[in-house]
Amino acid sequence: MNLTQTEYSNMTDKASPPSKFLRNSILAFVVGGAICVIGQALINLWSMVLPEDDAKIAASCSLIFLAALFTALGLYCKLANYAGAGTLVPITGFANSIAAAAIEFKSEGLILGTGVKMFIIAGPVLVYGPVAAVLYGIIAWLLRLFV
Amino acid sequence: MDMFMEYLKAFLVGGALCLIGQQLIDRTKLTPARILVGYVVAGVILTAVGLYGPLVEWAGAGATVPLSGFGYLLAKGVEEGIREHGLLGALTGPFTAAAGGVMAAILFGLLAGLVGKSHDKS
Repeated sequence: MNLTQTEYSNMTDKASPPSKFLRNSILAFVVGGAICVIGQALINLWSMVLPEDDAKIAASCSLIFLAALFTALGLYCKLANYAGAGTLVPITGFANSIAAAAIEFKSEGLILGTGVKMFIIAGPVLVYGPVAAVLYGIIAWLLRLFV
Repeated sequence: MDMFMEYLKAFLVGGALCLIGQQLIDRTKLTPARILVGYVVAGVILTAVGLYGPLVEWAGAGATVPLSGFGYLLAKGVEEGIREHGLLGALTGPFTAAAGGVMAAILFGLLAGLVGKSHDKS
């Protein structure tokens, strides 16, 4: 049978049960929502000892710490198998991508393995996010001159 | 009751943002790295046009914890940067705002790398 790539992917889409999409969506929604609730709880906890802006930063750092810890224990990727985007999209997914790569590539050495490949997924985020922000800053600065 | 509403809003908005990500995973061929870049850049753009700020006001951690919230943080940093330092602030702003999160991710990621063992992926 000669199939183009799109025909083949149409066939696999038809063959895979639609309920899988629904199940994935529900899990992503619930787990992702739950991680954000934990984030909100951490903000409220840190607010007891820190000013509001600092509490938000401390809460993010706490989430990142927990994500790295759960990654090192091998638990984060187990959860990710079920939750998909629910564990990818929150900041914990960003932290997990760094921690998991640091662990996986340790065998290639601390410099060229861990040091380089930690950023295999996080790297583009740290390039395009801040660069987009700089472009926004330049536009905003120009608008201030003329408006 | 106020606190319950705060958590409910965080749950709904955070869940919805992850739901969009799940559709990108299931219905497109985008890799995780592309999806994360999409979220952070979308966060910067939506903040720049004034849409993401109100969402953060309303949903709190539901809008700041997803990676689009990292974009929001970068854009806010740049706004504060140009307010205080002019054009130079466009360069110093993003990482000034994001320094804590980025540094935590590098530090704890490295520590995880040092102590963690490779687990079976299955």
